Amino acid sequence: MEAWFALLVGIFFTVAIYLLLSKYIIRVLLGVAILGNAVNLLIFTGGRLTRGVPPVIPGHQDALTGLAANALPQALILTAIVISFSFFAFLLVLAWRAYEDLQTDNTDEMRVAEPKDEPAPPLGY
Amino acid sequence: MAASTPSPADLSAALVLEPVASADWLVILPVAWCLAIGALLVMLRRQIDWHPYIAVLGLAGLVLIDVLLLRHVLASGPVTMVMGRWLPPFGIAFTVDLTGALFALTASVVALAGAIYSLADINDSGRRYGFYPFLMLLMAGVSGAFLTGDVFNLYVWFEVLLISSFGLIVLGSEREQIDGAVKYGFLNLVATTLFLITTGYLYASFGTLNMADIARKAEGLSGTAPLMTLTALFVLAFGMKAAAFPVNFWLPASYHTPRVVVSALFAGLLTKVGIYALIRITVMLLPLEREQLSFVIAVAGALTMLVGAFGALAQSDFRRMLGYLVVSGIGSILAGVAVGGPGGIGGAIFYALHSMLVMTALYFASGVAAKLGGSFSLASLAGLYRRHAGFAALTLMLCFAVSGLPPFSGFWPKVMLVKAALDIGAWWLAAALLVTGFLTTVVTGRFFLLAYWRDRADTTDTPHSVTISPAALLPLTALTMLVLAIGLYPELLLSTIQSAAAGLGEPSAYLNSVFPGGAP
Repeated sequence: MEAWFALLVGIFFTVAIYLLLSKYIIRVLLGVAILGNAVNLLIFTGGRLTRGVPPVIPGHQDALTGLAANALPQALILTAIVISFSFFAFLLVLAWRAYEDLQTDNTDEMRVAEPKDEPAPPLGY
Repeated sequence: MAASTPSPADLSAALVLEPVASADWLVILPVAWCLAIGALLVMLRRQIDWHPYIAVLGLAGLVLIDVLLLRHVLASGPVTMVMGRWLPPFGIAFTVDLTGALFALTASVVALAGAIYSLADINDSGRRYGFYPFLMLLMAGVSGAFLTGDVFNLYVWFEVLLISSFGLIVLGSEREQIDGAVKYGFLNLVATTLFLITTGYLYASFGTLNMADIARKAEGLSGTAPLMTLTALFVLAFGMKAAAFPVNFWLPASYHTPRVVVSALFAGLLTKVGIYALIRITVMLLPLEREQLSFVIAVAGALTMLVGAFGALAQSDFRRMLGYLVVSGIGSILAGVAVGGPGGIGGAIFYALHSMLVMTALYFASGVAAKLGGSFSLASLAGLYRRHAGFAALTLMLCFAVSGLPPFSGFWPKVMLVKAALDIGAWWLAAALLVTGFLTTVVTGRFFLLAYWRDRADTTDTPHSVTISPAALLPLTALTMLVLAIGLYPELLLSTIQSAAAGLGEPSAYLNSVFPGGAP
């Protein structure tokens, strides 16, 4: 099953990078959302995939007997999900404000901070 | 083990059972202190008049804590504290060595200077939007990143400081700021996501996230695990956070847009956290792979230096020029990381600490100059020397320091880096360092000539009554004096940095602090 998941993660990354390379902020935002999910899926797969095996140690033993999924990557993902969700929310609002204030969602035209026709520095005095 | 009677679990194998020594609480105190003050400020969100004083006092307390922490580490070597008493590698460990303590102390000094400067720069509206809570949470993130001993925890602190920096960069909501924040936000998010991807692979390869555990196991795994890929991804992720060429473009696009004090704090803190993480991971955790990648890092460093210096030469805006000078400094630090050895790493750490102080002070100077001259543009700034000779002298000292001229703090790390580069025969890297120093001198000289020495064309409408606010002058003067003092008496700092670099190259003391009983 890991191989299929690896393929899926690869597809997610491909789509995310394609969208991130776009000029339009709304597509970049979608790329960010997919990128976050791609990473989560990657870490999830890295922690071994098993179905219906709870990682519970029986009372008379000190260690797990069979193979179970590692619970730590799942804890890492929970953290990462919260973080990527909050960042996505912030960037969504930021993109909306940028669209309102700058009247464009094309990053090529966002040149307020770095104007195109800026005068060269003085050459002498 | 008998199956009939449930045996009591042997807790001493998994938990720290003896109470933590009271001095060791200093390890976690910087983070806890900043979070507590930040929470207090949020609770007092209606009493905005109190915010600046609470923040200044809180950051003064942070400086004190970091001084005590550095003293403790100097006296007893690296100190470890684990969360929830779980023994490493299971519990998240905070481990402070000399490098972390030095960075944390310098960061707290920069933040204190920023808080004092903000009295003159942040108005009521900025306070209402929460400048001071964001500042304290930023410092919690920065301190946590310098003190943690766990890779995933490092990622979490990166995100804490990044989200606080988002709040700071949009403070004011001007069109320029929104534009800068879009580029800053997206590119930094991609960089931290790259860091997270690498952390996932790191865990999949090592089965642990504890830095000491990884450092111990790295040599044994170099044959089987894809450690080169991991190291290359780490270098890319942290290089992007640190604004190294060719992933530096977000920095000059955004650092000139926010409030002056925010730019100053960012220039002093954020890129240096990236550099610190790069040094920690590549030098201490994966040294063999750093060795193999050193040529790539060296080329990136040389190009970063030159791009920064030439970029600064092309700017006609004071703050945008400073943004490129930050980038140029990152290049010098990368050169040290690439060269390696005690000289190279020591030079990189020294340069990073110097750059934190001097870039913050230069941004403060840009704010004062803009207040006096009415603009950030080199075309209209003029005659500052004639009106404020003392302020001009301070700026000139900072210009010398950033160019690496004696007797200021930039001189010694440059000497160390050039010597380390020549020692391993990388003459071209030494040449790049020296050419960058020369170009930076040209940049700052031209800037000083235009903005300070040139006479104003129109003397009629000059606002002679403009004076410099003491809240702006105090941190500027204090940082400049610190830069001068480090330049004049570098021995103490130099010996500390040399033992910090030695501790990174040969981390047995760090490992002993995390695993006191040897390998589990």
